[in-house]
Amino acid sequence: MIVLEAVVMGLVAFLGLAVVRTHDPLRQVVVLSLFGIGLAALFLFLQAPDVALSEVTVGLAYPVLVLLTLAKIRERER
Amino acid sequence: MTRRTRLIVFAVGAIGVGAALIWGTAGAPPFGHYRGPYGDVFNRRAVPERHATNVINAITFDYRGIDTVGEEFILFAAVMGVTVLLRRQRDEATPRRGDGDRPPWRPSDAVRIAALTLLAPAVLLGLYIVAHGTLTPGGGFQGGMILGAAPLLVFLAGRTLLHPRRDPMGPLEFGEGLGAGGFVAIGMVGLIATGAFLENVWPLGRIGSIFSGGMLPFINVAVGLEVGAGLVIALYEFREQTLLRGRG
Repeated sequence: MIVLEAVVMGLVAFLGLAVVRTHDPLRQVVVLSLFGIGLAALFLFLQAPDVALSEVTVGLAYPVLVLLTLAKIRERER
Repeated sequence: MTRRTRLIVFAVGAIGVGAALIWGTAGAPPFGHYRGPYGDVFNRRAVPERHATNVINAITFDYRGIDTVGEEFILFAAVMGVTVLLRRQRDEATPRRGDGDRPPWRPSDAVRIAALTLLAPAVLLGLYIVAHGTLTPGGGFQGGMILGAAPLLVFLAGRTLLHPRRDPMGPLEFGEGLGAGGFVAIGMVGLIATGAFLENVWPLGRIGSIFSGGMLPFINVAVGLEVGAGLVIALYEFREQTLLRGRG
């Protein structure tokens, strides 16, 4: 179990870095969603299913708000 | 600022933060070794005292319930802020209704089938998580988020987010207000009956049954309503912004 925790922790660190290093907001939303799933998995392995569920549900709605904002901005730029 | 000065400032800051981090984590208990007394106390006492097998739910909505009331109103204020910020400005044309309310893309059959197939299970899962908040992981917040996200699936399937001709904001705002006010009202019942806010006055029920936990199931429903309606309001406001056309 400790190996699994270490692997997921490494994955979260990697994905967190990837979110910061992605500059295009559209791609960043996708990477951010992956980061959210990784974080939820980490919470689950650390025996915090309640927090994992919160993370998943927040990660569900948040990217859509960003996508809708991007749609508005790009339409204005056109 | 030149590149050199920036590097020096960064180095000083990085060394400072790094030292503070090392100092801070050196005194932390080893990984997986919980020291604090509170978690153990709650684990021992929550089930006999509150008949709630989901101890976290008993903590958030009961033991530190007044804190959660504050959190709920943070969300309430945030949704209100979104509504006020994204109101229609004087120089913005009215959104096109009907076809214009649909997403600007044509979803593929695969996306439509996946979204519409997931819709009913998502609603059921949301209701289940709200209803079983006191028993299993989850509760009003998580279930409400899932319920609020269900209209998104309809939107993804290429349909309108909400009914195009009827104004959905009335019932949604009523639901959000009812949920937020309901939590406070439940707390007030305890205040009036026993002299302490959120003090339980409802029968605790049999441990493990869906109506156990005293007032906790009612609070879960109130929070679920508030969170779900609030999320849909926010999504709707964002969606409507993409439909507004500037006149100038």
